[in-house]
Amino acid sequence: MALRVLLTKGLLLGMLGLGLAACAGDTGRLGKNVAGKSAAPGSVEDFSLNVGDRVFFETDQSSLTSTARATLQRQATWLKTYRAVRVRIEGHADERGTREYNIALGARRASATRSYLVSLGVSPRRIRVTSFGKERPVATCDNISCWSQNRRAETKVVGAPSS
Amino acid sequence: MRTGLIRILSAMVMVAALTGLSRPALALIEIDVTQGKVEPLPIAIPDLLGRSAKEQDYGREIAAVIAADLKSSGLFRPIDQKAFIQRISSINSTPRFGDWRVINAQALAAGQVTQVSDGRLKAEFRLWDVVAQKQMTGVQFFTTRKNWRRVAHLIADAIYKRLTGELGYFDTRLVFIAESGPKDKRVKRLAIMDQDGANLRYLTDGRSLVLTPRFSPKAQEITYMSYAGGRPRVYLLNIETGQQEIIGDFPGMSFAPRFSPDGYKIILSLQQDGNANIYTMDLRSRRWTRLTNSPSIDTGSSYSPDGSQIVFESDRGGSQQLYVMSARGGNARRISFGRGSYSTPVWSPRGDLIAFTKRSEGKFIIGVMRPDGKGERQLTSGFHNEGPTWAPNGRVLMFFRESRGSSGGPQLYQIDLTGYNERLVRTPGFASDPAWSPLIN
Repeated sequence: MALRVLLTKGLLLGMLGLGLAACAGDTGRLGKNVAGKSAAPGSVEDFSLNVGDRVFFETDQSSLTSTARATLQRQATWLKTYRAVRVRIEGHADERGTREYNIALGARRASATRSYLVSLGVSPRRIRVTSFGKERPVATCDNISCWSQNRRAETKVVGAPSS
Repeated sequence: MRTGLIRILSAMVMVAALTGLSRPALALIEIDVTQGKVEPLPIAIPDLLGRSAKEQDYGREIAAVIAADLKSSGLFRPIDQKAFIQRISSINSTPRFGDWRVINAQALAAGQVTQVSDGRLKAEFRLWDVVAQKQMTGVQFFTTRKNWRRVAHLIADAIYKRLTGELGYFDTRLVFIAESGPKDKRVKRLAIMDQDGANLRYLTDGRSLVLTPRFSPKAQEITYMSYAGGRPRVYLLNIETGQQEIIGDFPGMSFAPRFSPDGYKIILSLQQDGNANIYTMDLRSRRWTRLTNSPSIDTGSSYSPDGSQIVFESDRGGSQQLYVMSARGGNARRISFGRGSYSTPVWSPRGDLIAFTKRSEGKFIIGVMRPDGKGERQLTSGFHNEGPTWAPNGRVLMFFRESRGSSGGPQLYQIDLTGYNERLVRTPGFASDPAWSPLIN
């Protein structure tokens, strides 16, 4: 119970990771620190460090690049391993567009990401989508090196199911 | 030039429509707003007279607001009061025109403030043509003391209207998004203020991300988008009561809301998987109507002022472009054909133009074109300009401009339809998404 509260708040990554792993009952091959960094298998940290929680897009585009597909294939494998996990895909745009179009563009990117995960066997019921348009940049400089980081879809672990 | 007639050449374009409006009023002094850059009209605005010290205080403050309003239009140049020769002692006697001519005043606005027995203020003023030596107009207004600034704006509107032949826009307000905090964690609050920046009030507390407010043309209501509860949706807010409701409870995201010109409908976009389509909701029957059905992003809708047509942006042709369709939906025809992509179309309250944001060769441009797509004209261009909104007279626009870099942010600017008289609109912090109110009744 206490763990679930923590999960939904997204707090205390380490503890949460242990909890998730225990929940999933699987120490999993994906916990093997692909990037050489340590994170409890099945944890949010494991997901972001070893799987990759985001994919990037070209300007005004929502089609998935080969790099994006590779990342999403890892995400799908991870999500099929840790079946207790639900995710929210947040679509984002860079600041070089107008606000409302960017909101729709972010949604389109999130939708493309979701469709691909579903095509790889992840249940659509585990995935919610939303868009932040250009409202939540991760990089704030005013050139292409930042804009390309902001054109993204982030897969966020939002919690475990009640079972 | 006719005797006693001073023509100040102001804005360019729009010749047919505007001269049509202003010609019949061409009696005395007249600002011709149909020309290019204007030499502003020198006007003398003495403090309004008052018998008591309190009335004189109001008189001084009202005169200052009138002068600031007129100056901000770029069409007037209020003369420094220190230059005045005649000290007006009554608004009922004819001024000594020679004294005002000597200081190059072409118009003189003289008034007086009286506290009426019921606690309200009465403000009277007369506008004089110094050259023709005639009164041009005389008006009086009553208001509560708290609303003294509105009296000033109403007087400024009356002067503007008499001298330009167009409706004023000073007695109006703006809703916008007040921004604070770092760029990657912006706090955004819905805010409202008078057109000149006074009486700023925050309508939301910043806990939820809020975007794109728009005024109702009729009621004291605002529609906007909020991420409250983690679900981005369109809301309706009553400014006076603070009462708030969600417009339609859809499974997906709703955004880009605007009112219809009669105030009875809200038009918005609904996100359906990768596509956004345009819908309207009748606020009386709560009935929804779908207007577009395309595998594209259709958004940024704006009604023509007669309510018969809708302009919107769509990427159905590959890039964002502007389209016009009947208010009942159906076939849409593309109207933008320049180099670049076009978005945020806003139909002028006069019906003659559509303002937009254009992205071209790395620049963001605010421009206007006619509803048939012809006559495209750029008002301003730079790193990032976005989201024009029209003053209710269809003569002045406001938009926001982002400055570069991590510490950069948006600020509000206004600009004349001619592209002249661009000015920063002062706000306490960063500000974006301005929307101009209709004239307040």
